[in-house]
Amino acid sequence: MGKYTPNGENERREMLEVIGAGALEELFSDIPSQVRAGELEGLPEGASELEVMRRMKKTADKNRVFPTVFRGAGAYRHYIPAMVKNVISKENFQTAYTPYQAEISQGILQSIFEYQTMICDITGMDVSNASVYDGASAAAEAVSMCRERKRNKALVSAAVNPYAVETIKTYCFGNGMELEIVPVRDGVTDTGYIRDHMDESVACVLIQSPNYYGNIERAEEAGEIAHAGGAKFIMSVNPISLGVLKSPGELGADIAVGEGQPLGLPLSFGGPYLGFMACREKLMRKLPGRIVGQTEDHKGRTGYVLTLQAREQHIRREKASSNICSNQALCALAAGVYLSVMGNEGLKKAAVQCMSKAHYLAEGLESIGFTVENKGEFFHEFVTASSKDSDEALRRLEDAGILGGYPLGDGRLLWCCTELNTREEMDKVIGILKEV
Amino acid sequence: MELRDELKYTASHEWVKEEGDQVVIGLTDYAQSELGDLVFVNLPQEGDEVTKGEAFADVESVKAVSDVYSPVTGVVSEINEELMDAPEMINESPYDAWLVKVSQVTETEDLMSAEEYGESVEKENE
Amino acid sequence: MLIFEKSRKGRGCDVLPECDVKTVLPSDANMRKEELHLPEVSEPEISRHYSELARKSHGVNDGFYPLGSCTMKYNPRVNEEAASLCGFTDIHPLQPEETVQGCMEVLKTAEAYLCEITGMDNMTFQPAAGAHGEFTGLLLMKAYHESRNDGGRRKIIVPDSAHGTNPASAAMAEYSVVTVPSGEDGCVDIEKLKEAAGDDVAGIMLTNPNTLGLFDRNILEITEIIHGCGGLCYYDGANLNAVMGITRPGDMGFDIVHLNLHKTFSTPHGGGGPGSGPVGCKKFLSEFLPSFLVKGEDKLTFEKPSRSIGEVKSFYGNFTVVVKALTYILTLGREGIKDAAENAVLNANYMMAKLKDIYPMACRGFCMHEFVMSLSQLKKETGMTAMDIAKGLLDHGIHPPTMYFPLIVDEALMAEPTETESKETIDEAAAVFRELFETARTSPELLHQAPVKTLVTRLDEVKAARHPVLRYR
Repeated sequence: MGKYTPNGENERREMLEVIGAGALEELFSDIPSQVRAGELEGLPEGASELEVMRRMKKTADKNRVFPTVFRGAGAYRHYIPAMVKNVISKENFQTAYTPYQAEISQGILQSIFEYQTMICDITGMDVSNASVYDGASAAAEAVSMCRERKRNKALVSAAVNPYAVETIKTYCFGNGMELEIVPVRDGVTDTGYIRDHMDESVACVLIQSPNYYGNIERAEEAGEIAHAGGAKFIMSVNPISLGVLKSPGELGADIAVGEGQPLGLPLSFGGPYLGFMACREKLMRKLPGRIVGQTEDHKGRTGYVLTLQAREQHIRREKASSNICSNQALCALAAGVYLSVMGNEGLKKAAVQCMSKAHYLAEGLESIGFTVENKGEFFHEFVTASSKDSDEALRRLEDAGILGGYPLGDGRLLWCCTELNTREEMDKVIGILKEV
Repeated sequence: MELRDELKYTASHEWVKEEGDQVVIGLTDYAQSELGDLVFVNLPQEGDEVTKGEAFADVESVKAVSDVYSPVTGVVSEINEELMDAPEMINESPYDAWLVKVSQVTETEDLMSAEEYGESVEKENE
Repeated sequence: MLIFEKSRKGRGCDVLPECDVKTVLPSDANMRKEELHLPEVSEPEISRHYSELARKSHGVNDGFYPLGSCTMKYNPRVNEEAASLCGFTDIHPLQPEETVQGCMEVLKTAEAYLCEITGMDNMTFQPAAGAHGEFTGLLLMKAYHESRNDGGRRKIIVPDSAHGTNPASAAMAEYSVVTVPSGEDGCVDIEKLKEAAGDDVAGIMLTNPNTLGLFDRNILEITEIIHGCGGLCYYDGANLNAVMGITRPGDMGFDIVHLNLHKTFSTPHGGGGPGSGPVGCKKFLSEFLPSFLVKGEDKLTFEKPSRSIGEVKSFYGNFTVVVKALTYILTLGREGIKDAAENAVLNANYMMAKLKDIYPMACRGFCMHEFVMSLSQLKKETGMTAMDIAKGLLDHGIHPPTMYFPLIVDEALMAEPTETESKETIDEAAAVFRELFETARTSPELLHQAPVKTLVTRLDEVKAARHPVLRYR
């Protein structure tokens, strides 16, 4: 009996007869004997379900789950409503392929259409795609889509999440775009630098707000400078923050991207996450990835299809603006469910709590001798500096089951609070660190 | 398949009309019927240079995209902006739905008459 | 009905408690003014809404799903169970190394097993999907040539039967694409390949078996020709399901491979993703890999390859998808992996044999894990197209094969039954295919209406593309 292969010896024999092959081996006769593999000794023997689960559980147990987390830096622990997990575990959603056959895929297509609408709504943009791999690759795709024949340079803020900056760098190594990193001053992007470096070769300016250090950027100003120079303005944003902070649309962005993981996805050691991407209508045909559109059938009934497909790799091949094919559809579904469950008030509430708690913790840490580096407004992350031994501080917290701020070097820590962090937990952190 | 005697044609199914010192370029009736319902037209910008034998635009149907080749070398002096919102004009009336006008023409490929083009399409279909 | 149309002001779910600290709001300058228009719907309504959408979707368990090149095999439930262990899902990617030894063990073990299966030396799990893997693999090629001051190589050779992602990926790495035609036998035309090979060629991208479902028996000659001109050989792993445990890309002469864990290694496709597209390479390319490699025995550590191309996304890839693939490999083991490939090929040949007397096949002889039918003759005779047959299948609860691909076959239908289907399922499906062929001949107008049993009939794609409505307003 094979694993997950229903046909037994008898069926196989019957099938070979119908095929007209004497033995299974004949079907593989095109494979030259020089390249036939022997026994794959590096693989284990197969195992029963219970044995496999025992082993995977044992492996999982080698990880340490922190009941309390004050670390973000690109991956955020939020409360995930039960509904989200329930919906994405429905097997029709989980096991379907890309909805090429619209007539039997209306559920998935509609869910993507709803997701696109919600992303447009929170970002203030006109058009959203059905998702890309994650926030970093969304930023890289956005930079690529701004490229024009005569505009080949991207100005990217150094206060963008380092993984996104590195990913953009890699994409530029690939496609030959020029990348210039805009320095940070006092924790925010140096807009003067952007102004001084705008010229006719600049295709786009990309900033993140709240930025890597939690600071709210002077986005409007950056956008105005970009537009005055004829470049596009891209904003990377935290979707939860959009419950209270001005949207990229309000701030004049042409393209909004971000890491959608906070919208109902677990930390999962970094993935799968969700890259969201939305833009103004005039850039619609440059947007990469799947897009779902509304239409009707022969009888006039409303339905949904994958549309604007001529942008994509399977039709445009080497002239496509991106090669993306598979995306993060199930994660987009999770985000759609999350935003439906939270609603307008729930999203606002989560955002306000994130921000409020971060300020509570920041004040508490200041009261015990840490310096908060954030000079202006910040959202749910902030940076502390201290003469205390930060390694020791983190170790003490870990001993109490708390994952502290992310070490940035030189004793600086990048802290993050979400609605999950209670006042009690924060007081505990402050209490422990007081002793260091 | 409709042909118009006053136009010249290319082997890649564009029609060409001389209008003073400009050249008007569009897609033939045969081309539009082969392409099917067009859903979008990517046109160059005014001032762009086009080169004889090279693609200067493309047209999209639901499941395909096809290049449009320039029969002349010159500079785009005007584009048919109406097509951006109504690509179906090419299907409905291919000889009125011009794509671009080109001026400062320095080179033109050998063009066919309506009769010659009609024969070449027939040959292609054999 | 859209969830927005179910929205009523004031409804919603009660998820979060009240804030237990003093409220802090942004300054007026930074405060959002634009109103949000998220749905305001009660929890029972939301629950029902998504159950309805699920009912209107077709998953692998809803019926036979022979979508060519997509390997829609059964997605074992134990994979999901393992991937949802909180010891995996609740781990922050930036935790100290000593607290994520289990996650690192998953990556290390999966790397070892998948390298054994592909004949590679190292593997990165950062790429999130097959196309992402292709891009990553091409950057390895680019970095390699540049490191040897040989960056002038600007061409990538791609056969005309290739997946659309291959040329698109090459373009993203700023390579120009040289297409080599397939010969009469459906395999790469060796003479044409020799003509294309030269010192301006960076490499070749190939899938073997190819998209016609044929194993290119000249594979060693092909990889030799490319190596002979200084290029590298890239294996597109989309079709690995036919040959895993039987032959290895590394032994065929490939230097780089990508895998699709969401195809070959049974992780579900999620209605479009998340996938996982790990990239493996031979030792001499390992120093260019993105992300980190896991090193060590008892104490595992992350090590950045010395001349890494950088990052292609955040963190370590779609990690829990890798957990699912690893669970699958542990379950199957070495004999099960080979058994899966054998049954995939057996099932495809069986289905082809049941159809080939009426459906013209693109190639003669045996196929591997998939086969391509051409309906061009039927179209000439009856006007019925591959699309019509595909839509007819929908009324029988069968997901159609891949349509109009590969591009080199007119009116193509590409079927891949996979190993997890039983003989009976294939028998039933074959009967439906035959019945539809008959309908196409006798009453084409019926088939042209299909599907009629679905919730909507054929949708107006022209309207959707001409006047895009991409969101609810």
